[in-house]
Amino acid sequence: MKAIVTVVGKDRVGIIAGVCTALAEFNVNVLDISQTVMQGYFTMMMAAEVSQCNVPLAELVTRMDEIGRDMGLSIRVQREDIFEAMHRI
Amino acid sequence: MLNQKDILATQDMIDKRHLDIRTITMGISLLDCCDPDLKTCCNKIYNKITRCAKDLVRIGEDIEKEFGIPIVNKRISVTPISIVASACEADSYVEIAKTLDAAAKTCGVNFIGGFSALVQKGCTTGDWKLIRSIPEAMAATERVCASVNVGSTKAGINMDAVAEMGRIVKKTAELTAENDGLGCAKVVVFANAVEDNPFMAGAFHGVGEPECVLNVGVSGPGVVYHALQSVKGQPFDVVAETIKKTAFQITRMGQLVGQEASRRLGVPFGIVDLSLAPTPAVGDSVARILEEMGLEVTGTHGTTAALAMLNDAVKKGGVMASNHVGGLSGAFIPVSEDEGMIAAAESGTLCLDKLEAMTCVCSVGLDMIAVPGDTSAATISAIIADEAAIGMVNSKTTAVRIIPAPGKTVGGRVEMGGLLGSAPVMPVHDKSSENFIARGGRIPAPLQSLKN
Repeated sequence: MKAIVTVVGKDRVGIIAGVCTALAEFNVNVLDISQTVMQGYFTMMMAAEVSQCNVPLAELVTRMDEIGRDMGLSIRVQREDIFEAMHRI
Repeated sequence: MLNQKDILATQDMIDKRHLDIRTITMGISLLDCCDPDLKTCCNKIYNKITRCAKDLVRIGEDIEKEFGIPIVNKRISVTPISIVASACEADSYVEIAKTLDAAAKTCGVNFIGGFSALVQKGCTTGDWKLIRSIPEAMAATERVCASVNVGSTKAGINMDAVAEMGRIVKKTAELTAENDGLGCAKVVVFANAVEDNPFMAGAFHGVGEPECVLNVGVSGPGVVYHALQSVKGQPFDVVAETIKKTAFQITRMGQLVGQEASRRLGVPFGIVDLSLAPTPAVGDSVARILEEMGLEVTGTHGTTAALAMLNDAVKKGGVMASNHVGGLSGAFIPVSEDEGMIAAAESGTLCLDKLEAMTCVCSVGLDMIAVPGDTSAATISAIIADEAAIGMVNSKTTAVRIIPAPGKTVGGRVEMGGLLGSAPVMPVHDKSSENFIARGGRIPAPLQSLKN
């Protein structure tokens, strides 16, 4: 099962490292990353494989949200299906 | 990989445009709970509901998290109680309503529908008992919703039931007077009621439905409103196309959530109800969509045409996005639950007569309308009869959910709280319909050809 991780926040050193480390601890494999920095704001989207995740997906969502708040970021994890359903026929 | 624009568009709809799944509703058959003893019947009902729906709320919440999309309501609908209870040796079904309420609380759902009777052609003894239990049942319970189907295209209109429902609505308002007649917000009078409607207060689990089923109601007036802002001044062809595309996206999400929920709950997936269901929140209004099309205030001339187009485009867009479509499917126009409708009613532009015209072309009917507390039962019955006639002749579902607000007059306001919102008290015609309603009997089913 794939999930999309969206990270938004003020740009600073170590965002990617922090988010990737957290995901690695949950045994989530990052498949693809795209990121931009616009006017000082950092936006990153990652496709991640969550099938081997060591906690239930709903818990991963909550934990990543908490980690994001500690880092001063918004981190959102959502199953990829919702975007596929809405934007692909 | 999906492109960033698509991902951001979806997140934007959820964060800023109030996109949500309005309800996942589990339909449960109670036909196997019939028993001559009322207490045994109640026990069977409680056990069956709490067994079938024990995981509904938990699974709903898990799905919300995983997809990052709010599922606003988790609800239950059951077989019309007049059928289930007809074998009971009891004069009142209030105890059953209390049982439903207790089961709803145990399961953690906010509403349970199905305290219902289908009497379009006539009433059984059980139907009368149910109808007469409604006022007390609505006053004694918090989460139970009642509905009565008084007419259909095939059967005509049962005017005895219409007359009785006027009195029932009045009595329900009186018994819940300390809450502005809140009980009436949980009572719907239908014509052509559907068996798989996931929306309250009119949901019930029809006898043609399976043992247990999951139906989904989607929403998204805010998303449609926002999409229309990008086509300002363009012809209706463009407007219709824009609404269709948006409705498609909204419905696909409903389909996805419904399938996932039904798989996890181990019950068959029923239908997606393609609806635009507003809430009192700013930016989640159907009326504002109509105004975005170019009407100064909803209710002015052109409103019916605008609504007809909106309703049709929502269905056309949604129907391709789901493998089974059903329920009420269309735009809802509940006055108290729609910020734009409230404003339009308060400005005096939107009146009851215009609302009635609007119900000819949209989803349901006169919904969540407050009228003066001294409105007579006969006038309420006559309003119900008018609405049922529209449904009967046009082969569509129509409904009346009306609140004769105790002690309130035109210019006053009733507060229902939460999703039910608040409604300005609207004027009704002061001329009597007493003799019309007193006739009783049945209005024959209409001709289905020679349509003009």
